Amino acid sequence: MLAYLIRRLFAAAVMLVVIILVVFGIFFLVPKWAGVDIASSFVGKQADPAAVEAVRQKLGLSDPIYAQVWEFFKGIFAGRTYAAGGDVTHCSAPCFGYSFRSEQAIWPVLTDRFPVTLGLALGAAVLWLIFGIAAGVLSALKRGSIWDRGAMVVALSGVSLPIYFTGLLSLSVFVFGLGWFDGQYTPLEESFTGWFGGMILPWITLAFLYAAMYARITRATMLEILGEDYIRTARAKGLKEQTVIGKHAMRSTMTPILTMLGMDLGALIGGAILTETTFNLPGLGQAVLNAIKNQDLPVILGVTLITSLAVLIANLVVDVLYAVIDPRVRLA
Amino acid sequence: MTELSKTGAALGEPTGTSPAPTSFLEVRDLKVHFPTDDGLVKSVDGLSFQLEKGKTLGIVGESGSGKSVTSLGIMGLHTAGQYGKRKAQISGEIWLNGTELLSADPDHVRKLRGRDMAMIFQDPLSALHPYYTIGHQIVEAYRIHHKVDKKTAKRRAVEMLDRVGIPQPDKRVDSYPHEFSGGMRQRAMIAMSLVNNPELLIADEPTTALDVTVQAQILDLIRDLQKEFGSAVIIITHDLGVVAELADDILVMYGGRCVERGPAEKVFYEPRHPYTWGLLGSMPRLDREQQERLIPVKGSPPSLINVPSGCAFNPRCPYADVPKDNVTRTVRPELSEVGSRHWAACHMTQEQRERIWTEEIAPKL
Amino acid sequence: MTTQRTSGRRKQAWAAVAAVAALLTTAACGGGDSDSNGGSKTGAAGFDAANNKVAQASLAKKGGTLKFGGAQDADSWDTTRGYYGFMWNFSRYYSRQLVTNKTEPGKAGAELTPDLATGLAKVTDDGKTYTYTLRDGVTWEDGKPITSKDVKYGIERVWAQDVLSGGPVYLKDVLDPKGEYKGPYKDTSKDKLGLKAIETPDDKTIVFKLPAANSDFEDMLGLTSASPVRQDKDTKSKYGLKPFSSGPYKFQSYSPGKDLTLVRNTEWKQASDPIRKAYPDKITVQFFSDANQLDQRLINGDLDLDINQTGMSPQGRTTALKQHKANLDNPVTGYIRYATFPQSVAPFNNAECRKAVIYGADHVSLQTARGGPIAGGDIGTNMLPPSVAGAEGQKYDPYEIAGANKKGNVAKAKEALKACGKPNGFSTTIAVRNNKPVEVATAQSLQASLKKVGINAQIDQFDGSQTSGIIGSPENVKKKGYGIIIMGWGPDFPTVQGYGMPLWDSKYILESGNNNFAMIKDKTIDGLFDQYVTTLDDAGKTKIATEINHKVMEGGYYLPFVFEKFINWRSDRLANVYTTDGYSGMYDFVNLGLKSTT
Repeated sequence: MLAYLIRRLFAAAVMLVVIILVVFGIFFLVPKWAGVDIASSFVGKQADPAAVEAVRQKLGLSDPIYAQVWEFFKGIFAGRTYAAGGDVTHCSAPCFGYSFRSEQAIWPVLTDRFPVTLGLALGAAVLWLIFGIAAGVLSALKRGSIWDRGAMVVALSGVSLPIYFTGLLSLSVFVFGLGWFDGQYTPLEESFTGWFGGMILPWITLAFLYAAMYARITRATMLEILGEDYIRTARAKGLKEQTVIGKHAMRSTMTPILTMLGMDLGALIGGAILTETTFNLPGLGQAVLNAIKNQDLPVILGVTLITSLAVLIANLVVDVLYAVIDPRVRLA
Repeated sequence: MTELSKTGAALGEPTGTSPAPTSFLEVRDLKVHFPTDDGLVKSVDGLSFQLEKGKTLGIVGESGSGKSVTSLGIMGLHTAGQYGKRKAQISGEIWLNGTELLSADPDHVRKLRGRDMAMIFQDPLSALHPYYTIGHQIVEAYRIHHKVDKKTAKRRAVEMLDRVGIPQPDKRVDSYPHEFSGGMRQRAMIAMSLVNNPELLIADEPTTALDVTVQAQILDLIRDLQKEFGSAVIIITHDLGVVAELADDILVMYGGRCVERGPAEKVFYEPRHPYTWGLLGSMPRLDREQQERLIPVKGSPPSLINVPSGCAFNPRCPYADVPKDNVTRTVRPELSEVGSRHWAACHMTQEQRERIWTEEIAPKL
Repeated sequence: MTTQRTSGRRKQAWAAVAAVAALLTTAACGGGDSDSNGGSKTGAAGFDAANNKVAQASLAKKGGTLKFGGAQDADSWDTTRGYYGFMWNFSRYYSRQLVTNKTEPGKAGAELTPDLATGLAKVTDDGKTYTYTLRDGVTWEDGKPITSKDVKYGIERVWAQDVLSGGPVYLKDVLDPKGEYKGPYKDTSKDKLGLKAIETPDDKTIVFKLPAANSDFEDMLGLTSASPVRQDKDTKSKYGLKPFSSGPYKFQSYSPGKDLTLVRNTEWKQASDPIRKAYPDKITVQFFSDANQLDQRLINGDLDLDINQTGMSPQGRTTALKQHKANLDNPVTGYIRYATFPQSVAPFNNAECRKAVIYGADHVSLQTARGGPIAGGDIGTNMLPPSVAGAEGQKYDPYEIAGANKKGNVAKAKEALKACGKPNGFSTTIAVRNNKPVEVATAQSLQASLKKVGINAQIDQFDGSQTSGIIGSPENVKKKGYGIIIMGWGPDFPTVQGYGMPLWDSKYILESGNNNFAMIKDKTIDGLFDQYVTTLDDAGKTKIATEINHKVMEGGYYLPFVFEKFINWRSDRLANVYTTDGYSGMYDFVNLGLKSTT
């Protein structure tokens, strides 16, 4: 188990370096190739070429790419100082870049917004796991019944309806129509009930989409598992049916669900852009959307890296959990 | 319909009609039918037999002859955990130790499973849960039926593993199925089945998935354990060789019915059904120095939806035309006594069968 | 059934409350006094009630929280760096200048009034010396007095473009046209006040010495970028995160792109400030990433007004016009939306070919594409926005755009084409920003009407965020063959210089970030601008402004679409609300009050 862990960690570390290089390449080379001048968008209506050049210097855009990558890497561990025109800006470690648009280091922005997105993703995940798995199991056990067909129709609609549709619908019904929620985000540290109330709709909206997918995969997996020999063995031992389903069949059904959960959580932590936009949640997704609007490359870069990191960590956690669930994986 | 009920009643004949069973296990006119889109699959269609404690019954037949369906039927596994699908239709009577299982409360039958009757499956790799340790699975089997703490149960598991011949059982108890070899897995499976001292043990193709050398060890183990625990054992196999030394009685199944039944030495040395001859012909034998060739039963097993009229075996039977008037293709033969406690279902006369056996079949074996 | 009954009961309850409230207010006011602008006291003031006039001035109470929402954060809250109109408007909450716009509705709002200074400038030396004296009692948020040196330092920051990029640079161009001063951060003098053009003989006096006169100089001092900044509080590039307040409110918290909260600056004294009323106790701004949700929240009453003041989104606008018309105002924004013809791209080097496009276009259809007469604006007939001195509005219509030719005049267009030497028409490319759906719609409208006169135009949608690099580069425009560029422009300050100089003066043709897209190199126009900046009397300035507009229109460089109008929302709670030409038809933020403080 330990060897397995070490192997996985090492692979993740290598992957992270590769991701940083690739992301960096995309963000710094592509504008160059496309002939887009980032610096000129920083100056006012009557851009003075000298000012544009000064901004370019300050952003470090005139350095060669390898120097930029090196500075970036160094910044993560040792912090970084930007000096230009008599102005010195220090970005302390871990420095994931500095936004000259909003004059903020990226790392605090990320740590400020991360809990919002994490809360959204985890809360929704709890909901969709409970409802998705329950619906999937029930569908599998009552295969072909009205319940099964009904649940799968709902699941299908959940998968096919986009969040900006279900989100806006729930907003206009429950916030602007019935007024059950005020639809405002309250930070968790301010008030738990406020936070909870503000998150219910986003959770449900997001969970609706995912619960549908999880119900489908749970149903399919459960049906497959129920045909396994070891399930028959469990019954032959005289186990109660609820133990057969709840313990023996469920544990096997969890494996593909866990894989999916790892991927989905990783991606969502990177920013549930649509949900955060629709419900105006100040999470990473909203940050990246604003950054795109404002051409704030360092923020986009930072969020992209965090996203990759989140996917990586989520996968690592899944790999470990996988090994906990399925002892055979530990050998591989 | 009429014909079916009539033949059913006829098949039930050898056991008599008295509802009070005298045997430890008594199966009367068991029918297991599965409705499908293509029609009714009559996997078992009127089967009866008895088994006493301490005795071994070998049920022999090709795949699809209904032998596994019979065993699952006895265990009550056709009704447990059937979700949504069209349910199996089961009729007849299964008496175990004075209790009729088919009409009993399903939860009562569940409590009997694993405690009074246990089962060993063909492929121990797929029959053991891959995510739980061997020990966990044995402990679970024990604790369903015994109110003991985990420690005690685990001691019992180690004891059982030791008994079935697994080395270092106190260590191996924490291993996972995939960490065992095939033979070890089957030993573990047997340990799990016997952990509650069941009075009836059903072994469904217990050696099919194993190496030849391991097969013999497992069979020896089953025999030893049977002596030790005094259980009744049903061994289900497609291979007469497996039951040759083990079984007291042998029941040959074909197309969901019994075609020959009797004491082992009778079935081996005086078989009275052409299908049994075929099975004997296809059995590899080590005790004969020179065996000319294996004689397989030609053709394929019958459809269980459209069972051939007359004798189900007639399309494959080389002697189908021996009886007169095409009777093999029109009338279903019934079991008739061909010796002491020995029955066979064939239209040929005793004399014809004796002659064919001694003159044509036996010399070739 | 149950819900119906409940809602019925609730309705009755509200009706009862309303009746009691009405009785009480009637009694309190003696039943005689009604608000001058009409509209109910508790509800909305009425459609256009605050457009160029004050709505419900008397209802404003001290206290309460004024709630802004916005879809876009400021480019920077640093007074030197902000260029967005709403930022200039909003900055008056926390920043004062020597002079500022009058807090009056409509045209008067674009006039200057003394703020930190005791009066408007004492102009001497043929318009080259401006002298101000600071008021008594003007203080920073820590209670220390605001001195002339703070004003000078604040203005000097404009020179530090490498650190403080983004804001307008008029003051730098006028006070130091040769670029000799390097900005306060590279200033070698001890007090960092090395800019020679500004003198501070004592803490109360500040003297500006211009190398050459500029008649709009005082307007430039009214810009936010002329705000004082105290040297020891200057956090340079990070100043915009928490500007040090000289106004009635100060920053309590700000997280970019999320929210901003201002609270009262307790050191600010009403007596020292002739213009700011400072009604609310607290001002909050919440940013949304989705404009539709912002509009929903406005309509729902959760927010008072849109800080961006760029009009409601089409969806919200439709709902609001139908159900809440009394909450809306429909002001002219000061922006003109137009197409312009780069002379570097043939055949637009020929004025007749340009005129062919002007005549051939269907101006009503262009107006419709902009949103129609209400949400889009009146058909634009010339290039001077109505808010700018010297503007004539639709009265000046040399191509009869809003008159005889408003549906497009094919015959006249063909005539012009013949004169241009292209009787069979020609092909060209329309460049339009891809992030402005309305502009794309106008491009399509133009394309359709030009087809009728034989001009085949293809539309090229370019990355709107890269405007300055794509259409701002004359070389690129020529290379891509952009014969028609769709754009819009509003005045930085409401004079012909503040609006038209970057667009029409040949001195402003730049290699990158160019705004003189038409590449106008007209000696007459350049001469008029030169004359304008040295003309000190208002009548003379107005006359020149009109003349410049005529010259531009005669050259056929522009096809104006609309004198832009917006639909802006004001909540029921707002009082003392009015639009001002000083900020392009936005509501004047600084003196907004609330009717109720709860």
